[in-house]
Amino acid sequence: MSKMHIKLTVNGKPVELLAEPRELLIHVLREELSITGPHIGCETTHCGACTIDMDGRSIKSCTVFAAQANGANVTTIEGLGTPDGLHVLQTMFKEHHGLQCGFCTPGMITRAYRLLQENPDPTEEEVRFGMSGNLCRCTGYQNIVKAILAAAAELNAVKEAAQ
Amino acid sequence: MQFDKPATTNPIDRLKVVGQPVHRIDGQLKATGRAKYAYEWHDPNVPYVYGYPVGAAIAKGHIVSMDVSAAKEAPGVLAVVTALDVGERKKGKFNTAKLFGGSEIQHYHQAVAVVVAETFEQARAAAALVRVEYAEEIGAFDLKDAMKTAIKPKDVGGAPPDTAVGDFDGAFKAAPVSFDATYTTPDQSHSMMEPHASIAVWDGEALTIWTSAQMIDWWRSDLATTLDVEKEKIHLMSPFIGGGFGGKLFLRADAVLAAFGAKAARRPVKVALPRPFMVNNTTHRPATIQRVRIAAEHTGKITAIGHESWSGDLPGGQLETAAMQTRLLYAGENRMTAMRLATLDLAEGNAMRAPGEAPGMMALEIAMDEMAEKLDIDPVEFRIINDTQVDPEKPERPFSHRDLVSCLRLGAERFGWSDRGRPASRREGNWLIGLGVAAAFRNNLLVPSAARVRLDHEGVITVETDMTDIGTGSYTIIAQTAAEMMGVPIEKVVVRLGDSRFPVSAGSGGQFGANCSTTGVYAACVKLREAIAQKLGFNSEDATFENGEVRSGNRSVPLAEAAGSEGLAGEDTVEWAKLADSHQQSTFGAHFVEVGVDIATGESRIRRMLAVCAAGRILNPITARSQVVGAMTMGVGSALSEELAVDVGRGFFVNHDLAGYEVPVHADIPHQEVIFMDETDPYSSPMKAKGIAELGLCGVSAAIANAIYNATGVRVREYPITLDKLIGGLPDVT
Ligand code: FES
Ligand code: FES
Repeated sequence: MSKMHIKLTVNGKPVELLAEPRELLIHVLREELSITGPHIGCETTHCGACTIDMDGRSIKSCTVFAAQANGANVTTIEGLGTPDGLHVLQTMFKEHHGLQCGFCTPGMITRAYRLLQENPDPTEEEVRFGMSGNLCRCTGYQNIVKAILAAAAELNAVKEAAQ
Repeated sequence: MQFDKPATTNPIDRLKVVGQPVHRIDGQLKATGRAKYAYEWHDPNVPYVYGYPVGAAIAKGHIVSMDVSAAKEAPGVLAVVTALDVGERKKGKFNTAKLFGGSEIQHYHQAVAVVVAETFEQARAAAALVRVEYAEEIGAFDLKDAMKTAIKPKDVGGAPPDTAVGDFDGAFKAAPVSFDATYTTPDQSHSMMEPHASIAVWDGEALTIWTSAQMIDWWRSDLATTLDVEKEKIHLMSPFIGGGFGGKLFLRADAVLAAFGAKAARRPVKVALPRPFMVNNTTHRPATIQRVRIAAEHTGKITAIGHESWSGDLPGGQLETAAMQTRLLYAGENRMTAMRLATLDLAEGNAMRAPGEAPGMMALEIAMDEMAEKLDIDPVEFRIINDTQVDPEKPERPFSHRDLVSCLRLGAERFGWSDRGRPASRREGNWLIGLGVAAAFRNNLLVPSAARVRLDHEGVITVETDMTDIGTGSYTIIAQTAAEMMGVPIEKVVVRLGDSRFPVSAGSGGQFGANCSTTGVYAACVKLREAIAQKLGFNSEDATFENGEVRSGNRSVPLAEAAGSEGLAGEDTVEWAKLADSHQQSTFGAHFVEVGVDIATGESRIRRMLAVCAAGRILNPITARSQVVGAMTMGVGSALSEELAVDVGRGFFVNHDLAGYEVPVHADIPHQEVIFMDETDPYSSPMKAKGIAELGLCGVSAAIANAIYNATGVRVREYPITLDKLIGGLPDVT
């Protein structure tokens, strides 16, 4: 199958690659770019384990062809923080125990990252609805919601202090 | 170590690290997406290729022929391995269904081939080109029909299928109040988020395999049997596992296909089971039909209790032990239980979180609610009246520790149980509001577990055991145990799990993992303490390990120094003597739920939930609480939405993906609380802990069902309680 030339930005770095038209973005990220934070739970847009941020939107990368990401700006969990400088959401997921097996966690945090930009000061209910496209079979969600609310509070406090 | 006497005081009782809310030590890796799961062992130097499975398109019969010529010629294809190519294989010890090999088809989506290609897309495309001709046979797929010819198995996991005490029939007939109803629970799917996946790499006769396994040693033995290689030649690893819930207890097809594929392609091969393949290819929790009969005096004292259960499985399979808890949970002089196994040609039925008790309690605890209502006694009180401190079938056997009554009382008080009104008596706008209660019960199981603990010249303690962490928090509680035993801060402990090179542990299953694996680590630490004391000439009995030092009399030596440049090690296995024969060990709890049911649509919504749990010492309240909350959430799915729909004509589960099999999402679970009773159980282990992860699921679905009844006055006895089952009985919208 003939390959397409695709250019995109992944976690701030320009990437050029050849991909077949049938290749899903999640497979290109994981198998070709070794970006394995986004996971595959279903490949049918139901679980959210593969969630990435693409051009300012939460995207389930199992439902996008790599070709559709041509020119896009993609952020994955790997781009949200560094081991020494965690993103506040990562810190809060750790501190509030918003994870068990951790398989849903990268998608969860990446979705929460966008949610807090769409709605920087969400209510608990808004978090619950805004996160409902991301399944977790382990945690019962309570601590995920707590972590996201705590991250929102922290981000808002920082913003306020800066003003 | 033989654990043959109740535990006395030991270093764990210091509770400096154990029992503390320690954050999970794998949190950083997981929050940054760097924990590597089975499909992700990227080594840029290893040229992996991809295997894609082909599943049987019939439910029962034989393969007549296979045509793989088109698949073999497809671009990028390196090998096609079919069930006929590998021929009949010996089945491992733990599975009922064959995973791969031979012409017989036992169930839909049984693996019949694996196609290996350079890329995932090529493998998938070529897999679609494999042509199979089948000879189809008539199968049995409907439990309601198959139960008529169900058999009484010789034993069910070491217990008898039937028990009887006193004169059940006589007492049931003679009682002033009696109740008899039949309940059904559907087939359910583990639906853990990580699909089964394996990477297989051969080096001559030696196989290295990364996979997603709850039980390293079981998988390794069964893989060796199926591949017909020596067990010692297989190195199997599962350091991170994306959930299991019983679905990864036993060897699965992905590992077998990856191994055969890698052998044929002479390349390292990755195989993941596609989600829509998982339900019919792997195991599930089997559906049950359960009849519960209860008779009592007007005072509420149960005089007769009977529980029968039917479930199905493939020939040679096992039944769902749904009547088991009824042997132990409530008093009553006359009793009977019976469990029967029907033959069904669906995918293999096997363990899912709290096998037996989870569906058993779904029925029993509705029945208790119904009986309480018949007696006009509060359901909390009815359960308390019938508490027992001894095994009711063998009264000479007391429970090691049983505090169900406190769970019920405390929960009732905290939840505001006294606000509960008559059925269909509370309405807020469009919502009918109701409260429900159920007991929680799950046995405490004891399984041998080994570990190795090393001390190095920097004072670092390294624990190695093949225990797995399926999300439960094994890494963390094992680190806590070693830190407590050796008197070091948790930062000084390194835990290495899920590797067949390490001593064989209990593994993750049956809620025995936490208690048993930490006891194995405890035993290894005792050995290490002895080795350290001996090296220093201390009497190990009175050596104290604290603050990174070992002290005896007025001499104290830092552990790093004691280790010397060589380091020291201790290794041991905990074996469980027959303490459980004299004392029944179980865990207890109470679930309270408030629901709202939409009067117009019949849609049920959880409003709040509380679980009170009595499960011995809680090793880490953060991870334990998370287990319970997660289990309660699974119980919401099981009460309201989860059901594998059987196509009884074609013989398969129709809704075999996360679109059709509905698990709870964030918006379904507004508020949950957990209270742990402050207790220890010295009969369970030196840790004095028991399991918790499954207890949280047992009873919760019935509490929801009971709350829905209290809200609506409509009693549904067929799970899940979907709106169609309620809507006809709801009051008029006025
Ligand atoms: S893998 Fe993309 S939504 Fe599940
Ligand atoms: S932590 Fe396991 S799926 Fe969310």
